[in-house]
Amino acid sequence: MASEHHNAVKEPLIHITKNAAMPFWKGLLIRAAAVLIAFLLCSILAFFLIGANPLEFFGAFIKGNFGSNAMMAKLRIWKLLKDTAILLLIALAVTPAFRMRFWNIGAEGQVLMSALAAAAVVYYGKGITQEWLLLVIMFVAAVAAGIIWSVLPAIFKALWNANETLFTLMMNYVASFFVAYALVKWTPDGSSVLGELKRGHLPSPGNEYLIFTLTVLLITGIMFVYLYYSKQGYEISVVGESQRTARYIGINVKKVIVRTMTLSGVLCGLAGFMIVAALDHTVTTTSVGGRGFTAIIVSWLAKFNPLIMIGTALLVVFLNQGAGQLATTFRVSFAFPDVVVGIVIFFVIGCEFFIRYKVHFRHKNRHAAEVPAPGGEGSGGSGENPEKEGGGGGERPAEVIPDKGGKLK
Amino acid sequence: MEQKEARNIPLALELKGITKTFGTIKANYNVDLELKHGEILALLGENGSGKTTLMNMVAGIYYPDEGQIFVDGEEVVIRSPKDAFDHKIGMIHQHFKLVDLFSAAENVVLGVKDGKKFNISEVNERVQKIADRYGFIIDPKEKVHEMSVSQKQTVEILKVLYRGADILILDEPTAVLTPQETAKLFAVLRKMKEDGKSIIIITHKLHEVLSISDRVAVLRKGEYIGTVNTSESTESSLTEMMVGKKITLNIDRSEPHDVVERLSVSGLSGLNAEGLKVLDNVSFTAYGGEILGIAGIAGSGQRELLEAIAGIYSPESGEILYNDPKGGAQVNLRKKTPLQIRELGVRLSFVPEDRLGMGLVGSMDITDNIMLRSYRSGFVLLNRSDPKKLAEEIVNDLEVATPHLNTPVRRLSGGNVQKVLVGREIASAPSLLMAAYPVRGLDINSSYAIYNLLNEQKERGVAVILVGEDLDVLLALCDRILVINSGRVTGILDGRTATKEEVGFLMTKSDRVENTDPEGGAA
Repeated sequence: MASEHHNAVKEPLIHITKNAAMPFWKGLLIRAAAVLIAFLLCSILAFFLIGANPLEFFGAFIKGNFGSNAMMAKLRIWKLLKDTAILLLIALAVTPAFRMRFWNIGAEGQVLMSALAAAAVVYYGKGITQEWLLLVIMFVAAVAAGIIWSVLPAIFKALWNANETLFTLMMNYVASFFVAYALVKWTPDGSSVLGELKRGHLPSPGNEYLIFTLTVLLITGIMFVYLYYSKQGYEISVVGESQRTARYIGINVKKVIVRTMTLSGVLCGLAGFMIVAALDHTVTTTSVGGRGFTAIIVSWLAKFNPLIMIGTALLVVFLNQGAGQLATTFRVSFAFPDVVVGIVIFFVIGCEFFIRYKVHFRHKNRHAAEVPAPGGEGSGGSGENPEKEGGGGGERPAEVIPDKGGKLK
Repeated sequence: MEQKEARNIPLALELKGITKTFGTIKANYNVDLELKHGEILALLGENGSGKTTLMNMVAGIYYPDEGQIFVDGEEVVIRSPKDAFDHKIGMIHQHFKLVDLFSAAENVVLGVKDGKKFNISEVNERVQKIADRYGFIIDPKEKVHEMSVSQKQTVEILKVLYRGADILILDEPTAVLTPQETAKLFAVLRKMKEDGKSIIIITHKLHEVLSISDRVAVLRKGEYIGTVNTSESTESSLTEMMVGKKITLNIDRSEPHDVVERLSVSGLSGLNAEGLKVLDNVSFTAYGGEILGIAGIAGSGQRELLEAIAGIYSPESGEILYNDPKGGAQVNLRKKTPLQIRELGVRLSFVPEDRLGMGLVGSMDITDNIMLRSYRSGFVLLNRSDPKKLAEEIVNDLEVATPHLNTPVRRLSGGNVQKVLVGREIASAPSLLMAAYPVRGLDINSSYAIYNLLNEQKERGVAVILVGEDLDVLLALCDRILVINSGRVTGILDGRTATKEEVGFLMTKSDRVENTDPEGGAA
C-alpha cells in the first residue's frame, strides 16, 4: 500500500542539522576558503565592471598594501600597520561593552570628542612650554572627554534603562557639530581647516608610528587578559548573559555597566589622543572617518576576542587599501573599494553557517528501499539529549528548510 | 517489522524507524509508534528520553534523519507545522506561543488562511462553539495577558482544534496545572476522545498516565521500549519500563535532631511589579536540622519569599532575622543585597526556580558556573583552578552526564543542569539552603539524587527550605510544611501527620479563615 504512494512522498532536497564541535583547523580552513572565494568573485566583478584582468586585480592589492618598490614598500607597510592599529584600538574600545550586550555604536563620537579635547589642549596650551607636560595634559583631556561621552549613555541605561543604541548614535552627531563649531572658532580666516598642529607630537624613534603601534599591541594583550582572566571581565560576561543571574550572585549590574563604559571611554580617549598626537596632528569632523563603525564589524567578526581582532582589523584594512589602489589605478569611484570589502565580509560572515551547521542532501537511493534502514552507524552511548530544558533557554538544535524546488523532479 | 497492510481500519498515526540525531547525540533511534483512532495514548519516558523530539517531528518542528510517518495509513512528509496541520495534526507545546495583547479568539485565528473575510464576532462565536462542545470555560474576548496559565493552555488547545486537528499532541500539559485544573483538562480530553479525536499526551507523572490513557508507549534513552494497555499496567510496571530497573519509591526521612532556630521571618509583606500584594504578612521560623516544605499553587508568593530572603527582591515591610550558627548573633537580612548578605558571613545558598535564567549562565561551561560563587576570592585576576577542581568533584560525585567540563551548561539536560546548580550551592557549606522546585522536569533517578542531597544537608544541621509542587514528595520528605495561598501563610503542618487533602485544602481555599481581612476577595 505504501509503495503506491511513494511518488507522492518527497523528502526535502536539503535539510540542515547542527554541527557538533568542529576541529579548530577545519573551521580555519572553511574561513580561508570563504575569503578566497570572495576574492575570486571580486576579481570577476572587477573584470566586468572596471575592466581589470585578474592579474591587475591582485596586483593592485599587492601594490596597495606593500608598494611597488622598496621605498614605497616601507611607507605602505607602515600605513597598513598604523591603519590597522587605530582600527584595532577602537575595536578594543567597543568590545567590553559588546560582551556585556551593551550596544554602544557611539565610538565614532567618543573618539572624535577625545581628539577634539587633545587638539584643544594644544590650541589653548601655548603657555605650556614643556612638550612632555603638554602631552600628558592632552592625554588626560582626551581620556576625560572619551569617558564623558561614553559614560553618559551608560548612566541613563543603568538608572532609567534608556536605549543605549539610540543614545550613543545620537551622541555621534553632537560630537561632530562640536568639532565643526571649534574649527570655525579656531580658524579666523573662515576656512575651518586647522592645519597641522606644530606641537604635541609623540616622539618618533625609528618610525613615527612605532610607539603608537606597539602601544596598541600591548593594549590588545592587556584587554585579552582583562576580558578572559580578570574578575571584572568575568562580571562583564555574566551581566551580558543574564542580568538576573548577576543580581542573584550579588553583582551590582548598574555599577558594572558604568564601569565598563568608563573603560570604553578610556580606550576611546586614547584613540583620540593618538589621532592628534601620533597620526594626523590635527582634527577635522572626519578625523575618525567611520572607524567607529568599522570597529564594530571588526569586533563582531572576531567574536569579541581581542587576539582574533588583530586578524580581522588587518583583513579590513588590507581590503580597503588594495581596493583603494584598484580604484586609483582604474580611475573609478571610491565606492568600488566598499563593494569589495562588503563582498568579502559577507562571505566571512556567511561561512559561519557552514561551520555551525551541516547540510544534508536527499538520499539518492531512498525510494528504492521499502523500509528505511535504521542507519548503520553504531550507536555509541546515547548520552545527553537536548530535549526541553528547565529554563527554556535551549535553542532549536536544528531546523528544516522546506525546499520549493523539491516538487519538480 | 512486518508490514501491516492487511489492516482494515488504518491507524491514525504510525511512525516507523524514526531516527533523529543532534550532532553526536541520538535523540531518537529507530522509534516506532502507533496511535489508533479515538484513543488517548500516553507517551512516557524519563527526561531526555526523546519524547518531545519525537513529537516535534510529527508536528513539523524537526525533520527526521531516518524513518517514515504514516497518517491514516498513507505515508506523509511533514516539513513544517503547516504540513502537520494539513494532515490534521496539532501540537500543544509546553511553552505557550501566544500574543499577550490579543484576545483568545484573535490568537486562535492568527495565521489561519481560510479565504474568508475576517470577522471577529463570527470568530468569537465559532471559538465559543468549540469551547462549549468540549466543555472549555473561556471568554473568547478576554485578552491573553489577563489569563491564568490554565486558560492560556485552553487557548492553545482551541487554536489546534480550530484548525481542524484530529490528532492532538500535548507536551506535558499538566506540568503547569493545579490538581483541580488537571482534572478539568482530563475531562475535556475524554470528551474529545468520545468525539473521535486521537490524542497523544506526553508526561512523566504515572498516576496521570493511569487515570487518563488507554495505552502507554514508553521511550527510554531515545529508544522505543514498547506499548502496553493501561488497564494491564501498574505504577511499578510502568516505572520499570521507563527506567529499565526497579527502583524503590521510598524517600528517607530521619528524625530531626539538635534543631536550632536559624531563620525567623515575621510580618513580611511586599508588592510585585504591577503593585499587587504578593506577600501578605508572612511569618515563620526555619530550624537548622530540618526540612521545611513550602506548598502552594504556583505563583502564590513562593518565589518572592525566597528571593526576599536571598536579598534579590525587596519587600515593603517585615523582618528576616538570621541566627548565626557560630556566634549566635542575629542579623536582619531585609534591605540587604546578596553581596552584603554574604559579607555578613551568612552562609545562604539558593537554588532558584529558573535555573538557566537565574542560577546559572547558560553559555558558560561548568567550571565558570561553579565559579559564580567563588570568583571574588582572587586579586584582580580570576582563580579558575579551585572552581575547576570543584567542578570535577561535582561531575563525579553527582554523576553529571556531560561530554566535557567545557561544555556550555545549556547543552546539558535539565537534570544535569540542576545537579550542577545544586552541587555548587551545597559546596559552599551553607547553614541555610533554599531550593525552589529543585526536581521540576527531572526524571525519577535525578529527583532522588536531589532528595538525598537535601537530606544530607539536613543531617548536617542545615536549615533546608524546599518549595515544591508534588505534594506526595513534600509529605514524604519534609519535617514541616508551610502552606502559602495568595501570599498568605494558611497553615504550618507537621509533615509526618498531615494529609494530602489537608494541604490541598489550605492551598486552594479562597476565603481567608485565619486572617481577619475585611476586604476578603469575592472569588
